[in-house]
Amino acid sequence: MKKHRTSPTTDSRYKPARPFNADEFGRVRRILGGKVLFVQGDAAVAYGALLAGCRFFAGYPITPATETSEILSQLMPRVGGVCIQMEDEIASVGAIIGASRAGVKSMTATSGPGFSLMQENIGYAAMTETPCVIVDVQRSGPSTGQPTEGAQGDIMQAKWGSHGDYELIALSPSTVQECLDLTIEAFNLSETYGIPVILLTDGIIGHMREKVVLPEFEEIELTWRREPTKPKEEFQPFLVDSTKIPEMAIFGTGYHTYITGLTHSETGYPATDSQVDHHRLVQRLCDKIRDNRDRIVQVERDYSDGDKDTIGIVSYGVTSRSVNSAVKMLRQDGLKIDHLRLVTNWPFPEKEVAELSERANRIVVPELNLGQVYHGVREAVAGRSEVIPLWKTGGEMHVPHDIVELVKGGVK
Amino acid sequence: MSEPRHRLMDFVREEIMPHRFCSGCGCGTVLNAFTNAVEGLGLDSAEMVCVSGIGCSSWIPSPYFRADTLHTTHGRPIAFATGVKILRPDLTVVVIAGDGDVAGIGGNHLIHAARRNIDLSVFMVNNMIYGMTGGQVAPTTPAGVVTTTTPHSNVEPPFRVADLVVAAGASYVARWTTYHVFPLLESMQNAIKRKGFSFIEIMSQCPENYGRRIGLRTGIDFLKQFKEQALRVEKANGMSEEELKDRIVIGKLCDKERPEYVSELHRITREQVDKLKKEMGGAA
Ligand SMILES: Cc1ncc(C[n+]2csc(CCOP(=O)(O)OP(=O)(O)O)c2C)c(N)n1
Ligand SMILES: [Mg+2]
Repeated sequence: MKKHRTSPTTDSRYKPARPFNADEFGRVRRILGGKVLFVQGDAAVAYGALLAGCRFFAGYPITPATETSEILSQLMPRVGGVCIQMEDEIASVGAIIGASRAGVKSMTATSGPGFSLMQENIGYAAMTETPCVIVDVQRSGPSTGQPTEGAQGDIMQAKWGSHGDYELIALSPSTVQECLDLTIEAFNLSETYGIPVILLTDGIIGHMREKVVLPEFEEIELTWRREPTKPKEEFQPFLVDSTKIPEMAIFGTGYHTYITGLTHSETGYPATDSQVDHHRLVQRLCDKIRDNRDRIVQVERDYSDGDKDTIGIVSYGVTSRSVNSAVKMLRQDGLKIDHLRLVTNWPFPEKEVAELSERANRIVVPELNLGQVYHGVREAVAGRSEVIPLWKTGGEMHVPHDIVELVKGGVK
Repeated sequence: MSEPRHRLMDFVREEIMPHRFCSGCGCGTVLNAFTNAVEGLGLDSAEMVCVSGIGCSSWIPSPYFRADTLHTTHGRPIAFATGVKILRPDLTVVVIAGDGDVAGIGGNHLIHAARRNIDLSVFMVNNMIYGMTGGQVAPTTPAGVVTTTTPHSNVEPPFRVADLVVAAGASYVARWTTYHVFPLLESMQNAIKRKGFSFIEIMSQCPENYGRRIGLRTGIDFLKQFKEQALRVEKANGMSEEELKDRIVIGKLCDKERPEYVSELHRITREQVDKLKKEMGGAA
């Protein structure tokens, strides 16, 4: 007798790669050696991925991101995972989406030129609500630009790089420790919201060595996508509850799930002729992030005493390091400085910047590009404060003195 | 009393029928051969993943075939399928897509997957045209043909895709046409069974957007021509380029055992895990 072909036979054999138990975590810790390490940002990203339970990586070599894939090529098999080099970055994102759908946390890492190539498939991950993490170690562009130099030129691309309306999350670490911590956070967010999460490091932090303290299992939380709670016959892959986040049926678990980048209804099937379905879908893709922005957005405030007539500085990523020094110098000179560091770039911390503008008469925005976050700040400030850019390109960080001069120059 | 159910109905997504293929299109024939092949092998569709790209041919599995389905971006199904197969080597992963998708925009993924010899079955429906977008020249369109983007005649020679894939190192390669349904069906079964990269180039018809330009107005016209053009590979061996002009060489072009990519990757993972266990005195 032939077996019944559509029976859900695979469940018992299905073992998702989600090493959330203390044993698995402990094994990664042991492979990484001591609790305190002195490593590059690119390495910290790789370690963070392993600790978060990432067991599949696909990438294509590019400076200054290559070290992450080199390190994962070495370590991934030791923790039972697979790390491969694909023929290009388009294929790399394709492979991590496929792997994610098959039940594993997956990641890729690249820099500008590769990030540009990835955009179509990043949009696919957003549209199909597939969790994955994409690391962009930013270098100077456009085009091949300055391969070995750091930059912050991809902030807008991270949000708007693929066509159409969608929301995703982008994070900017400013220390090597944060490269590790935010990689873990990126996995948690991507699994929670079913989206691609972009980690925006840069060539400076990527190649800089700093002290990193590895977390204990109890100190961190690791999330995993919500799997179906309904029986197979009733399950609809894109039917949502009040969270607006669909449950995810993993391939090979008998659900016969249909996943497409076309506009689809709750059933997953194409609904390309329906204005209603399309609107409902893209509105939800945006809402599931916008509704949760307070939970998602992280900033760090280093504000002066008092709540009026201050000078604000908004920074993010590697530039925050120059600002930290500048803030000390300016305070020594008796100036009231409020430093707002954006850990989350997207969704944009609009509310937090608006609050700053209630205190600060002027807000300086230093960044390693010719104007990106500046625009978001101006929009959030809505004329309440003067917004002054401090743009720099060419591969070098801001010298704290430049920031001090600009801030002081405006004080009458 | 309900109507008797067709034996292949378990393999199609009945809820979204009727299908959207034009009358005379070869895609229905390929879907037919594929579902029969799967049934004949006794495969459980819950243990299959179908991956496709963008184009009419990609609609054969996506959405019509009832398995876990990944309908990807144009040209990229093999890349997505690579990630699926690495995670779940126990599943049968099949890619079905068009000539423009697989050999045009996705040509790079095709040759690298063949070189790696990853255990995927790729069935490329070659209708010699970009069908879905309305009949533009494809890398498989014969020279001299007028299409919407070669209105003064196509000056490019076409790819012989199956031969390319043989050269790139695939385990199993065959070429058939929609006229040769039964050999195609059997070939699909062999491709699925063969561990390694399997590729079938299926010469197919697009009466709407290709046939109308070359004087073949119906599916039948194409089938008649395929029948005439077809030449078994055994006979074609040793024939000159001139003699093979305008012929379609059909049959199995290669079938060999080679180390398979995913098994090799997992071997390395096993070795590394074991090594670590030893280093840690069994504690890991
Ligand atoms: C990146 C990208 N470029 C172009 C298209 C438009 N497009 C959709 S289908 C198609 C051609 C399909 O041709 P083929 O793969 O041969 O499939 P067929 O329709 O002939 O079966 C193109 C160019 C697209 N969807 N995505
Ligand atoms: Mg075609």
